Amino acid sequence: MRKPLLCLLFLSLISLLMANSFSAKDTPWDDGKSIDLSWELSPMVKRVEISRQNGDEPARILLNTAESSGSFTDNELQPNNEYHYQLKAFFQDDDLTLLASAQTKEQWFYMGKLGFLILLLIICIAIIYYIHAARAGKEFFIRRIAGLDCMEEAIGRATEKGKPILYVPGISDLDDIQTIASLTILSHLAERTAEYDTEIIVPCRFSMVLSAAKEVVREAYIKAGRLDAYKADNIFYLTDDQFGFVAGIDGIMLRRKPAANFFMGSFYAESLILAETGFATGAIQTAGTAQAHQLPFFVVTCDYTLIGEELFAASAYLSKDPQQLGSLKGHDFGKLLIILLIVVGVILEILGVSNLKEFIAGAIS
Amino acid sequence: MKRSLPLFFAFIVGFIVLLSEFIPHSPFNQIVSTLEGWFMIISGFAILLGQISLIRMNTHKIAHRLPNWQYHLAGLISFALMLSFGLLWGMRETPGILGDAPGIQAWLGLKPFDYLFDNAYLPLSATLFSLLAFFIASAAYRAFIIRGLESNLLMITAIIVIIGRTSIGTMFTGWLPENLQFWHFPNLADFIMEYPNTAAQRAILISAGLGIVGSSLRIILGIERSYLGGDK
Repeated sequence: MRKPLLCLLFLSLISLLMANSFSAKDTPWDDGKSIDLSWELSPMVKRVEISRQNGDEPARILLNTAESSGSFTDNELQPNNEYHYQLKAFFQDDDLTLLASAQTKEQWFYMGKLGFLILLLIICIAIIYYIHAARAGKEFFIRRIAGLDCMEEAIGRATEKGKPILYVPGISDLDDIQTIASLTILSHLAERTAEYDTEIIVPCRFSMVLSAAKEVVREAYIKAGRLDAYKADNIFYLTDDQFGFVAGIDGIMLRRKPAANFFMGSFYAESLILAETGFATGAIQTAGTAQAHQLPFFVVTCDYTLIGEELFAASAYLSKDPQQLGSLKGHDFGKLLIILLIVVGVILEILGVSNLKEFIAGAIS
Repeated sequence: MKRSLPLFFAFIVGFIVLLSEFIPHSPFNQIVSTLEGWFMIISGFAILLGQISLIRMNTHKIAHRLPNWQYHLAGLISFALMLSFGLLWGMRETPGILGDAPGIQAWLGLKPFDYLFDNAYLPLSATLFSLLAFFIASAAYRAFIIRGLESNLLMITAIIVIIGRTSIGTMFTGWLPENLQFWHFPNLADFIMEYPNTAAQRAILISAGLGIVGSSLRIILGIERSYLGGDK
């Protein structure tokens, strides 16, 4: 009688111990700055408290919860360090302490970004292939972009009227690719204005953009052989403040009445204030941005709008350089690939297969 | 050399930043944060260039009494005032060269810089931002004028969204039975915003993303050089 009772007691003890577990593991495929904690406790637990004990530092409580099982990721840790964790489980009449430790490790690859890397590689290879094909003499058809074809018309009109052209390279700093794309368009535009001897005004919001814009316009005037016509004072800094910048440009538009306005780059809430003021002055207006929320404002108020990708394609389109035009074909290949992936993804999701979606979203690690 | 050195740096830096997006191991993450730090330092120095440009442009216009020179004078005076107040008495918790100016604070309630910031700059900025409401109204009026099929569709969609987003929409179609709830104005507006509108925006974002990949690749490979001022 005593033996089975002891066995039963032993088994219950084992099952109790098995039920209460706490583990700490380095987060896989990351930069070694986080540890995954997970716990599985008896459902009778009232409260769970997890704290981190690191060296001589006082214990820091990370989590206080009533859930008997769950997981938590401790972030912002130092790579390649050992961390010790303590879990305190509070029951009705008793409490239980469990310990776990893990070492953070820097990994050599973000596995969650594998899908992104594969897509990027395919698109990059396609772009490089088309560039080489263009270099080898293959000609590509590039559809007309009205917003860029109008550049001649705008310059011609400004020249006829003897009025300047206003060029706004967006309101972001030089670390925004849209600003870089805008400066490449400015380079082509400035070359044309130099040839036509038309004044170009470039107000800048950031000093870095100012330095780059000055250099770009100056080089364009040199290229056109008209350095004597270059006016450094026409490329100037206004202010870093968003609405101060807009007020300054509105003032220029109302006082100088430019014959053509170009708004190319990154724009936010000020887009409509700028474009609507320009519309009121009767200027030909061309805008280009990749900010999807600002595009409707530009479409309504401007004569021509470069939508999203067209802003980045502008430089290649204007240069007529076969190599750059070849890269535009690479974009088209990328679009085709993404359309195919969307169609296949939708079909798979309808069929209840989520692997493709999870792979691209980085959920498989 | 003037062209090849920047192109070489653009290639190296572009490639490292691209790699660091996929490699979380040091030194890649450290290099990227260092490069970001460098950008901030260069930006800090470049601010001086901006101030010089601002002063030079304004003084030129004032000195030559060019049209509207008074505005430029006002701009320069404002610039000088804010700069001096900030340097002399600081702002918020930061003391200036002459300390915290307790006497002036007792009189104005704030430091001179903060007083001007709160009572001159902020109202002016808010005024300009609020103009947006009127600009939206005038732009919307032009967009909704019926000229063809597209503008007709645009107007109908806009009316549904406007009505659906206001309380009047609930009043108009609130009586609809359960099986016709899709046609209830707020639900219709939500449908338009969630599906056709999101789909169109995502298409633009995807194409812009591809444009960014192409542009970056052209810059990294040195095919795109116009941002340096020329091709040669």
